[in-house]
Amino acid sequence: MYFDLLIPSQLAGALIPDLILIIGAMLLLLVAVWGPETMARARLTGMLAIGVCFATFAAVVWLWHGQATASAGIIAVDAFRWATDCIILAATIIATTLMIDYSEREQLVSAESYVLLLLAAGGMMLLAASRDLIVVFLGIELMSIASYVLSGLDRRSSRGAEAALKYFLLGAFSTGFLLYGIALVYGATGSTDIETIGSVVTGANFNNPLLLAGIGMLIVGFCFKIAAVPFHMWAPDVYDGAATPITAFMAAAVKAAAFAAFLRVWIEAFPGATAAWMHPLQWLAALTMVGGNVIALQQKSMKRMLAYSSIAHAGYLLVTVVVANALGASAFLFYLVAYTLATMGAFAVVIALGEPGERNQQIADYAGLWNVEPWLAAAMAVFMMALLGFPIAGGMGFFAKFYVIDAALHAPHPQTALAVILVIASVISAGYYLGVVLVMFMKPRPADALVVRPVPTGTFLVIYLSAFTLLLFGILPNGFAALARESVPIGMVSSPARAPVAAAASR
Amino acid sequence: MIAEALFFSAVLFTIGVVGVLTRRNAIIIFMCVELMLNAVNLSFIALSRLHGSANGQVFVLFVMTIAAAEAAVGLAIIISIFRHHKSVDLRNINLLKG
Amino acid sequence: MNTLLYTFHFYLFGLISIASAVAFVTRKSPVAAALWLVNTMFCLSALYVMLDAQFIGAVQVLVYAGAIMVVFLFVVMLLNLGQASDVTDMRGLGGRLTAGLVGLAMLAELFALSRIKFPRLTGAMGDHANVVNPISAPLFHEYLLPFEVTSVVLLVAVVGAVVLAKRGPGAS
Repeated sequence: MYFDLLIPSQLAGALIPDLILIIGAMLLLLVAVWGPETMARARLTGMLAIGVCFATFAAVVWLWHGQATASAGIIAVDAFRWATDCIILAATIIATTLMIDYSEREQLVSAESYVLLLLAAGGMMLLAASRDLIVVFLGIELMSIASYVLSGLDRRSSRGAEAALKYFLLGAFSTGFLLYGIALVYGATGSTDIETIGSVVTGANFNNPLLLAGIGMLIVGFCFKIAAVPFHMWAPDVYDGAATPITAFMAAAVKAAAFAAFLRVWIEAFPGATAAWMHPLQWLAALTMVGGNVIALQQKSMKRMLAYSSIAHAGYLLVTVVVANALGASAFLFYLVAYTLATMGAFAVVIALGEPGERNQQIADYAGLWNVEPWLAAAMAVFMMALLGFPIAGGMGFFAKFYVIDAALHAPHPQTALAVILVIASVISAGYYLGVVLVMFMKPRPADALVVRPVPTGTFLVIYLSAFTLLLFGILPNGFAALARESVPIGMVSSPARAPVAAAASR
Repeated sequence: MIAEALFFSAVLFTIGVVGVLTRRNAIIIFMCVELMLNAVNLSFIALSRLHGSANGQVFVLFVMTIAAAEAAVGLAIIISIFRHHKSVDLRNINLLKG
Repeated sequence: MNTLLYTFHFYLFGLISIASAVAFVTRKSPVAAALWLVNTMFCLSALYVMLDAQFIGAVQVLVYAGAIMVVFLFVVMLLNLGQASDVTDMRGLGGRLTAGLVGLAMLAELFALSRIKFPRLTGAMGDHANVVNPISAPLFHEYLLPFEVTSVVLLVAVVGAVVLAKRGPGAS
């Protein structure tokens, strides 16, 4: 399949998955508001939303399998996009499933939330595809505006409203930086098309102050969106205040999509200016890895601990952006799969153990879980081990970290220091991940502990399927790794000649 | 005039950023963000003039649309926080604390 | 003479816009702040026209000053926040220190930018009688996809605003 992106009908062809998702969301909106607001209608909307996601998934796989290609243009048609789309859709399906069970428990009637989840996913898929900074901007805004609303979804919750306000104000603030960066890069290069920018930005002109200021502003903007230290201050409060399924969605899908755009812009547009961004990004990655883990170590609340853990993982993923080559991109995709499954699985366990009214869950509440709910405790242990990167018990998590370190060591500019910091940060993180496991397995169940309610079917499926997938591909990672290796952004495949330019620039 | 326009734009952006970081009233902070977006728009227009193409002007149209969408959602969020706290003061919500 | 007048006006509007922006961030009352911001937007609109973006200049007045800021004022009035509170709404020392540092960083960037030499502008950008064509051509060809995406963003905004602001059975 070949698409000429300058012809509108063929452009639409290259966007079939996105169109299915967005048109599906619009039809779903009609279903959601057709009659009175009831729990049954909200549940139906949620089920249909999962159906729309699966239809989109099929379209993505169809285009991926058909090895669709396209002319250079405003969006990319490459395996990196399809792989990221699959991760985003999986995260959306999981979040929707959790949301159906969660809203039933909390008596939260909101059929529109599923429409907003789908539209946010549409923005994310656009981000995964974008090859133009303007599309990056619009994709981020589509995703963010939907997420602001989702974090304040429960109108009864004062913490939810505060989370939404904080997320909104800092999100809009960071958008300003991102946009200023886009404007300055446009000024320096005369284009917003990342391929054109890539061909203009070479070692010769990277001293252009307009370009340097633009790259700096873009880094600040992206780092806010991925919650890298020191631009992470919105994340813990927002993750803590939002409804747990939405937290899972933000920690996994929103971060994945912002990272995918960050990575694509960086490896396609700015390889010629490596010397300009290498050091700032290295410091940000190191700060995020160490800072996120050290603060996570001090958390007593489960959701806040997971929030800081997700900040730390942004640091590990930043290493692949610093590496900025094909190896980094495939390590990034593999990591993202493991991270998404483990994080969403852990949040699913939090939901399964939650009580109506969403009491603040402490890590100490997990004491003795092994004695009452051995399977749930085992699944949670798998998620913690996967986030830690423990061999065998952590499944894919171990290989994910292994591939990131491998990419860091084999980069054109070997990132030995970052690899060492990654290992040290992982050792620090053992303090709290293993802490949860120890509490679950070793401590006795207190007499006044709450009785665990039966786990609803959807949440049950999410927890055990995630754990199973993590373990299965932990034993057989090769097929998955090969798929990730083939799924690099189109810019890496078509112009291998750029690597020497990048090397020359940094000398 | 391009250099002057970019200079004005950078000054306005800085004023917006400092405003966001120093004020506590949610509505004023949001207006500071709008000022930042306006500053960026001035840059886009000046740079579009520099490159002699109208593309920068097209971007400004997109930015304005997004600003309108953000305003709708942002003000709805501010109204919902007002219902809980009867104020839009951020004293209890520290934006910079993680 | 004509160039001199142009330069004079350019600086005039630029400096007024900055002065209004300073007035805007230092006002305590949200209503006064909003009106100063509207003033900044009017001056920016004049600058747009002087930079050969007449259409954007018109849209700036209509959309920003005319629609977005009116919504802001509407919300200020709706929530009855017109009166400035007695206590200062400035942040504590930490916030002000951070703001100062960020401000300094931005000023450094500003000096870096002022080092660039730009070519002198020669002639007008296009036909003055036809200011919409050069915008509409890229908008509906090259940037057709972003244009369509903005419609989805607006849909999200509409749904989102309704979800957040309606008083359903669950609202307190």
